[in-house]
Amino acid sequence: MHLSETVNSGFFFLAPWLVLAPVTGLLFNIVFGGRLGEKAIGWVASAASGAAFVVSALLAWSLAANGGHAVSVPFAEWIHIGSLELDWTFRVDSLSTTMMLVVSGVGTLIHIYAIGYMHEDVRFKRDPGRFRRFFVFLNLFIAAMMILVSGDSYLMLFVGWEGVGLCSFLLIGFWYEMDTLARPSWANSDAAKKAFITNRVGDFGFLIAGFIMFWVFGSFQFDEVFSQVSTIAPGIIIAITLFMLVGVAGKSAQIPLYVWLPDAMAGPTPVSALIHAATMVTAGVYLIARSAPLYSSVPEAQNIVALVGAVTALFAATIAVGQYDIKRVLAYSTISQLGFMVAAVGMGAYVAGMFHLVTHAFFKALLFLSAGSVILGLERGHHRAAHGHHDDHGKGKKKAGKGKEESGDEEYHEEVFDPGDMRNMGGLRKTMPVTFWLYLIGGLSLSGIFPFAGFWSKDEILADAFREGFTGVYWLLTVAAFFTALYVGRQIWMVFFGEPRHEAAAHAEESPPVIITPLAVLAFLATFGGAFNLPGVHTLTDWLEHTIEVHAGEFIWSVAIISTMLALLAILVSWLIYGRNPLKAAQVDPLKRPLGFIFTGMENKWYVDELYQAVIINPFKKLSQFLADVIDERFWHDWFHEKVIAGTYNWLSNIALDRYFDQRGIDAFANALGAWTQSLSAALRKVQNGFVRSYALSVLLGVVVILGYLIFK
Amino acid sequence: MTLDLALFLILALVAIAAALGMLLSRNAVYSALFLVLNFVTVAVFYLLLGAPFIAMAQITVYAGAIMVLFLFVIMLLGAERLPDAKVLPWQKPLAYGLAFVLAAEATYLFVTRARPEGDILPPEAAVNTLDNLRALGIALFSDYLLPFEVTSILLLVAMVGAILLTKKEKWERK
Amino acid sequence: MVPVEYYIILSAVLFSIGVAGVVFRRNALVIFMSIELMLNAANLAIVAFSSALKSLEGQIFVFFVIAVAAAEVAVGLALIVEIFKSKRSIDVDQMNSMKG
Repeated sequence: MHLSETVNSGFFFLAPWLVLAPVTGLLFNIVFGGRLGEKAIGWVASAASGAAFVVSALLAWSLAANGGHAVSVPFAEWIHIGSLELDWTFRVDSLSTTMMLVVSGVGTLIHIYAIGYMHEDVRFKRDPGRFRRFFVFLNLFIAAMMILVSGDSYLMLFVGWEGVGLCSFLLIGFWYEMDTLARPSWANSDAAKKAFITNRVGDFGFLIAGFIMFWVFGSFQFDEVFSQVSTIAPGIIIAITLFMLVGVAGKSAQIPLYVWLPDAMAGPTPVSALIHAATMVTAGVYLIARSAPLYSSVPEAQNIVALVGAVTALFAATIAVGQYDIKRVLAYSTISQLGFMVAAVGMGAYVAGMFHLVTHAFFKALLFLSAGSVILGLERGHHRAAHGHHDDHGKGKKKAGKGKEESGDEEYHEEVFDPGDMRNMGGLRKTMPVTFWLYLIGGLSLSGIFPFAGFWSKDEILADAFREGFTGVYWLLTVAAFFTALYVGRQIWMVFFGEPRHEAAAHAEESPPVIITPLAVLAFLATFGGAFNLPGVHTLTDWLEHTIEVHAGEFIWSVAIISTMLALLAILVSWLIYGRNPLKAAQVDPLKRPLGFIFTGMENKWYVDELYQAVIINPFKKLSQFLADVIDERFWHDWFHEKVIAGTYNWLSNIALDRYFDQRGIDAFANALGAWTQSLSAALRKVQNGFVRSYALSVLLGVVVILGYLIFK
Repeated sequence: MTLDLALFLILALVAIAAALGMLLSRNAVYSALFLVLNFVTVAVFYLLLGAPFIAMAQITVYAGAIMVLFLFVIMLLGAERLPDAKVLPWQKPLAYGLAFVLAAEATYLFVTRARPEGDILPPEAAVNTLDNLRALGIALFSDYLLPFEVTSILLLVAMVGAILLTKKEKWERK
Repeated sequence: MVPVEYYIILSAVLFSIGVAGVVFRRNALVIFMSIELMLNAANLAIVAFSSALKSLEGQIFVFFVIAVAAAEVAVGLALIVEIFKSKRSIDVDQMNSMKG
């Protein structure tokens, strides 16, 4: 039974170009990128992503013209075994087009931003050759993400799911042999491995869910699965949904698998913005929204999902307050906001979750990219401070062009300067005014201040929680919202106000237009993105109604007022602590003294990494050590292989085969053959006596014999 | 017994005797002179067989040019006689025996298997005149032109090769 | 009237004498002469057949044989002279430096 239909009108036939466009871009860059300049590579990649956006827009338009009914676009046969038919089919419905537009739209802006960012980043890291690789990976990510959101079965979704995981791995470890400070270090590749392995744990859950699903439903296709939900025992659905939740927790960084996301900030900033804030990590939210018919049928699972999301939201928000790295604060903020979304979709407020997903993509991408702009500004300032005040930007470029060896050691001997550490910043409002205003917009949107986009989406989640009777979740999220505003305020005061706490901050420079322009677009969206689903208008709700069940959320004044008051209060608190008396260089965080061990806990991320280290990783290492040393090395290798197998074999070959069969049989035969040949040749060599006449005689003898043969034949 | 048969038998005896003389003479000069005699006898056979051109070629090329060359070389090298040596003592009787068997076998084979039709009649007078020569010349320069020209090149190559072989030491000395 | 067999037998006898000379004479020059004798015997047989068959081809063939023999003798004698220069002898038994 197919609820979706195949339609020949409209632009639906373009659907495969969602994937083909970025793939074309990356192939072009792989093949011709070596001869093109950086500009051309960047713009080709951006154009490929932009083409995907255009296709998404055309699909959305066609879908609207089609009355919002889902459309399947078959593309390729994949697996046909007997009656099992798994094809690659594109599913165009209001949910997937929403994701497509967000992914390709934000993705294109970040591509453009990355042209400017990577131009400088590869030079600060002294390896300009990686510019092309970055854009190839970025396009690959867009392609994989498009597969994820456009697949019409769980299997295609899983292909994209793994594809984005791979891109995440590749891009976190982009500077795999040096850390963000351009020192030789394996920290980045460790972070990449951590992300990959943690995601494997989640994918394990997803796979189990998929196995059960195929076992029970006999299909991966969305419509076929959903149409049978009512015929299946709820217990099995609960199992599927909870195993799926493990996958969601991995990809969308929820408790307990969120630990990889903060470390993933090791990747270049555009990666953090695109993959680890705006798009990939929201795949889990999309998965739950996509599986709405499954989740809606089992309230028990919904409660767990909502609780996991809410706890994650609060937990991560508290950690964010204690962080010093500008990107790390945003990383925990992302985890927290993802918690909001997961809680929303867990409560069945799919529209609210998707709404927050969209606005979050805007303002978090804006924040990350602005943070990247700040980092670049600091690096420029550091460069200037380190090399005197003459124009050394061009000089640095030249140096970078000459290669690593020459100038490689130059900066390692300097004191380690972390351009992402907020304790090195301060006063950037004056040196980077545009970035400041953009960051402020993003921050206010994140804090949920009226009328920015974040206010509307967050308020809708809270209102839904309140109305649907998830009281615990509501309060958890409200407190999380307070902490959100607190760490946003703390960050803005620390970064942009007060006096520069480091030479680099004093010499920071504003970023070029190629970086600022995408930020401006994102800032516009972060400001007015709330218009997508204003209370009473419900554009997004009506749009998504074609695909998933929706509740037209009503605006609840008390909820809105409480959350806004809390946000304002938090900002006021942050001003009291960080704004009134700006932090001095090398000063301890003022929250540390009053909060004591609580702040230490926040600062150290509540020791979760250490806990995992002690509970999971160390025992795992011990176990593998035991398996390797004792079981494998001593038992299997030393005893079983060496003694039992090799010993028996040696005995057999030495005694039985070698002495009797080989030496007395084969060797004797071969030796006899040799001796016989020798004696024969000794006899024959007498014939070869060197006398020409003898040879002539033998020829004559031959002639006589042959003639005789002819006669007597 | 007709006259030409008697002539044949006498000439055959002379030819065999000359060949044996060449075979058995200890002195290479005698061998060469016996061979000249043999060649001349064979040339007479050619005349009897109606091949006057071949007979003349035999006399001039073989008996004349080639054998003179042999004599020159023998005298030049002073190798008329070799010192006696007692190597391969059984070689000589074995050679006689085998040669005899070979002759018998060849004769038998030719007579039994390759016997052509007809007998050799004494040639008419016209054959041993210009007619044969003309026919031979026409055949040689029409049907066999290419082999003829190739033969000329072969002779040239042989000449150059012979000169080069004997001049080699001088080349090296340079 | 001479039967053609007589010529053939004569040819075979002369050829065999030449063979014997090649096999047991030690003087390289005499061996060479024996080879010429063998060629000559073959020529005789060819001309005899040619005459019996009333065909000119045999005579033309013999003509070429004589020409090639002339070339062969020129090269062969040059070789013998050269061998004599290095060995100071034309005894074929001395030419055994390739003995295995």
